[in-house]
Amino acid sequence: MRPILLHGHQRSLTRIRYNTAGDLLFSASKDNKPCVWFSANGERLGTFNGHNGTVWDLDVTANSRYLLTGSADNTCKLWEVETGKCVYTWETKTAVRAVSFALGDEKALFITDATMGHQSTIHIVPIEADPEDQTSDILKSIIITGAKATVAVWGNLNRTIITGHEDGTVTEWNPDTGAKIKSAKNHEKAITDIQLSADKSYFMSSSKDQSAFLTDTKTLKVLKKFVTERPVNSAILSPIRPHVILGGGQDAMDVTTTSLRGNKFESRFYHAVFEDEIGRIKGHFGPINTLAFHPNGRSFSSGGEDGFIRVHHLDDDYFDFKYDEENFDDLPQF
Amino acid sequence: MPSSKKEVEIDESQIDFSDIYAHFSVPAPSKFDTVIVVDGAPLVGVDKEVKLINKIKSLFKNIGGIKNAEMPMDPETGKSKGYLFIEFETPAQASAAILACNNFKLDITHTLSVNAFDDIESFANVPETYAPPVIEPFTEKPHLRSWLKDEQARDQFVLMKGEDTAIHWNNKSEAPDLVHSRKHWSDMYVAWSPKGSYLATFHKQGIALWGGPEFEKIARFAHANVKLIDFSPDEKYLVTWSHDPLLMPTGEHHHIIVWDILSGRQLRSFPVSASAMEKQDLGKAAPTIAGPGATVKIDWPFFKWSYDSKYIARITPGPDGAISVYETPGMGLLDKKSIKIENVKAFEWSPTENVISYWTPEPEVGNIPARVTLMKLPQREIVRTKNLFNVVNAQLAWQSAGKYLLVRVERSTSKTQRSHNLEIFRMKEKDVPVDVVELKPTENVTGVFWEPNGDRFALIGLEGTAKINIHFYEMNAVAAAAPPAGKKNGPAVSAILGGAKLLKTLDRKGINQVVWSPKGRIAVLAGVRAFQGDIEFWDIDDLTMLAAGDHYTCTDLEWDPTGRYLMSSVSWWRVQQDPGFTLWSCVGTELAKQSIPMFKQILWRPRPPTPLTIEEQKSVKKNFKEISKQFDIVDAKENTKLDKAVVEKRRGLWSEWVSYRRRCYEDWLKESDLRNEILGIDGTSDSRTQEIEEYVDEVIEEIEEVVPDNEYD
Repeated sequence: MRPILLHGHQRSLTRIRYNTAGDLLFSASKDNKPCVWFSANGERLGTFNGHNGTVWDLDVTANSRYLLTGSADNTCKLWEVETGKCVYTWETKTAVRAVSFALGDEKALFITDATMGHQSTIHIVPIEADPEDQTSDILKSIIITGAKATVAVWGNLNRTIITGHEDGTVTEWNPDTGAKIKSAKNHEKAITDIQLSADKSYFMSSSKDQSAFLTDTKTLKVLKKFVTERPVNSAILSPIRPHVILGGGQDAMDVTTTSLRGNKFESRFYHAVFEDEIGRIKGHFGPINTLAFHPNGRSFSSGGEDGFIRVHHLDDDYFDFKYDEENFDDLPQF
Repeated sequence: MPSSKKEVEIDESQIDFSDIYAHFSVPAPSKFDTVIVVDGAPLVGVDKEVKLINKIKSLFKNIGGIKNAEMPMDPETGKSKGYLFIEFETPAQASAAILACNNFKLDITHTLSVNAFDDIESFANVPETYAPPVIEPFTEKPHLRSWLKDEQARDQFVLMKGEDTAIHWNNKSEAPDLVHSRKHWSDMYVAWSPKGSYLATFHKQGIALWGGPEFEKIARFAHANVKLIDFSPDEKYLVTWSHDPLLMPTGEHHHIIVWDILSGRQLRSFPVSASAMEKQDLGKAAPTIAGPGATVKIDWPFFKWSYDSKYIARITPGPDGAISVYETPGMGLLDKKSIKIENVKAFEWSPTENVISYWTPEPEVGNIPARVTLMKLPQREIVRTKNLFNVVNAQLAWQSAGKYLLVRVERSTSKTQRSHNLEIFRMKEKDVPVDVVELKPTENVTGVFWEPNGDRFALIGLEGTAKINIHFYEMNAVAAAAPPAGKKNGPAVSAILGGAKLLKTLDRKGINQVVWSPKGRIAVLAGVRAFQGDIEFWDIDDLTMLAAGDHYTCTDLEWDPTGRYLMSSVSWWRVQQDPGFTLWSCVGTELAKQSIPMFKQILWRPRPPTPLTIEEQKSVKKNFKEISKQFDIVDAKENTKLDKAVVEKRRGLWSEWVSYRRRCYEDWLKESDLRNEILGIDGTSDSRTQEIEEYVDEVIEEIEEVVPDNEYD
């Protein structure tokens, strides 16, 4: 099916995310206004106005009531999705690089950058049921020593926080004590994205080292490797099929202006178990910065450096495609 | 303060320092290295002593620096002894004097022999007892053609990436098998010898040749900073070129060395004129000098080998133009003199006989036409000449079997207009008739490509700035027409011959090369280097396109020596983005594609010509179906084996994955209470689905009607 092109941002996309129900698509970009769209038809519901810098990351609660955004204007904001009103603002010392709601939405984390003499820090804050009660209290601050963190997510049952770093390491932290639990340097260059599976037992990490790995959450052992010829900016897992999608491309600064052919701005499908490439979808005319799968697995979206979001509804023959060696009956249903 | 060390008394005279003296001994400089001995001078009396000395001295006046000249006289006879000692200021002057005047004919009866004084000394001190030369023990050389014995008749290729250089077997679409690999094997690029026996690697110190099943070092040729090499066709000799000059005793700077490969000896070295060094690389030799060598601005090969390696020739352009032909192995000039050809522009050897072709342009003054000449060597017999007019440029292209010589002629029709035509010499016909093919006047020919051993050629023509036409021509068989009446041995006129037939013209964008399969028939059209990397496979027998593909930014294309595969590659030396190679079957199916960081070079190992006789080759062709059957069986077996392996591997991966997911599921179940607690859901009910009943009333239309009261009345 033809993708739906959403052109509501003036600058390159930094993060797109579906809500749990999948009816809404949230997008953040280097312009100051995160947007929310109907994922089915691409109609824009509204924007969240208030940031004064690049919005690096956003996350939405499971009930789609609140949106959390982190920005380079040294703030992290909580919004009411329905009204688009900013209900709380955390002032930080440096730019906010990553945000994430914990399971149960009773707390959240945001990561601040290591600039201007400050160290990269994980801030864990409580989220009050009523935003009126929200205070600037911080449950825990974890100072990251070593390479700065670029991405962060909550691990299984909020027992851990998983961060990806600029030097390619993945680290697990204890959110209560702030202790480093485990660390593994699987990638050679900066980690660009980490996305967990629905049951949080494994995650996809993508990196500038032109590869994406499927890693076990408990052991941080790499289970599957997907290697390309370009930096990978985002990698996602299909919720219903054993497939992964990698997005990336030549860095914007290295792109040749003469031809699109050599730059490979494609969404690339791989089989998660056999590691074979099974397909590509092209269309962006800049690198893909962020990818998100619809929770029902029937569609996915990509946000590019070119400022477009492309919502792809997958065709039936994609769902008919199957290796003879695959037997889905063997897989447990969560 | 008491010393802990014991005072030891040493008598220095008791210590043997001889080993240290021997180690650090400085060879005493010979005091006589500025002295030469001139022998063979006439015997003269005292009266003519001064005159003769002055005469001899005048011989060396060009060198200068004579300090002293001494002529011993025999007191008994009162005459000179017939030799003189001359002392120079520097050893260099002395050695120059030896070179200049040794064997100088003073007059009919007296020939001077000039030697260094030290040489005479050392010859005088030859030991009396004969010491037999040490015979080196025989070491067995590795089998240089072992790779040809591969049961599946696979071909090898050498691949350079990053610091690694490795030789692999080509396994079609499967991963290639490694034969041998080394780190830092070559400082620059690598090259195969023409028959594949040796692999040449480039080093700061010189060239090394490797061969045999384990790629042992076979030979070394010391030539500092060597950049370019050229093997003789029979792999007996090697020509090397370095930008760093080699200072000869004569004071000349030599850049080129010719080597004998088996003995490792230097046969001769040559200077290269400055103008030739600055000459732009015309792209002729470009495919062989990939990599760092490509930056060298020299017309390579500078020396051109004859087909049988018997001669090697080079050209001196300009008004004093000449072609110098040297004979191997002595490397002496053929008949002791160059072939003088005024203004000669270019020459080429025939690939199958000792005939050279060359052309001379029209001089600016005088009514002499431009001329293409064919000359047989060593007889220096002119086989054929053809005069041409208004020639701006010409290029010589031999068909690989030496059957045709195609001369691409660019003429000026007016001051700004150029036209192109082809003059094709039929070498195997009597009197070498010439066919003329006229081309569209607006078309600029950029390349001519002969089908190997065939009668067809492809031509790339550029019309305007963007329109590219690819023409395929076929040489017609010679018609058995009698020479026209009236003319006895009428030199052949193209009209009575077949000429060349235009088979097909293709209008293509982005094509700048035609690469014929070494077995002919299949031609690959490609746009490489500056172009995008389009690749088209054409069957010229049927004139149909077999397949079209592309290898983006492709820099190099090479057929394997058997014509079964084509390798297209992107070298990191030229394009830093996505270097790697793609293997194509001869009909254009993509068999394998590899993207390798820092991939630099891939070269098929050439094969020597087949040892089968023509009859045997014919019988193979005749029984092709029978023979190919057995290979089909092997192929089928191999394929099913591979398929099975793939299926097995996938099954294994899948079952591994299933068991992993089951373990995850068990953990997930164990944690479900905790999870529900965090989510605040009552665990006893089905936590994952929540049923919400929603009733939607849709009002389609609302109509208000006033019912008249009287209706029910």
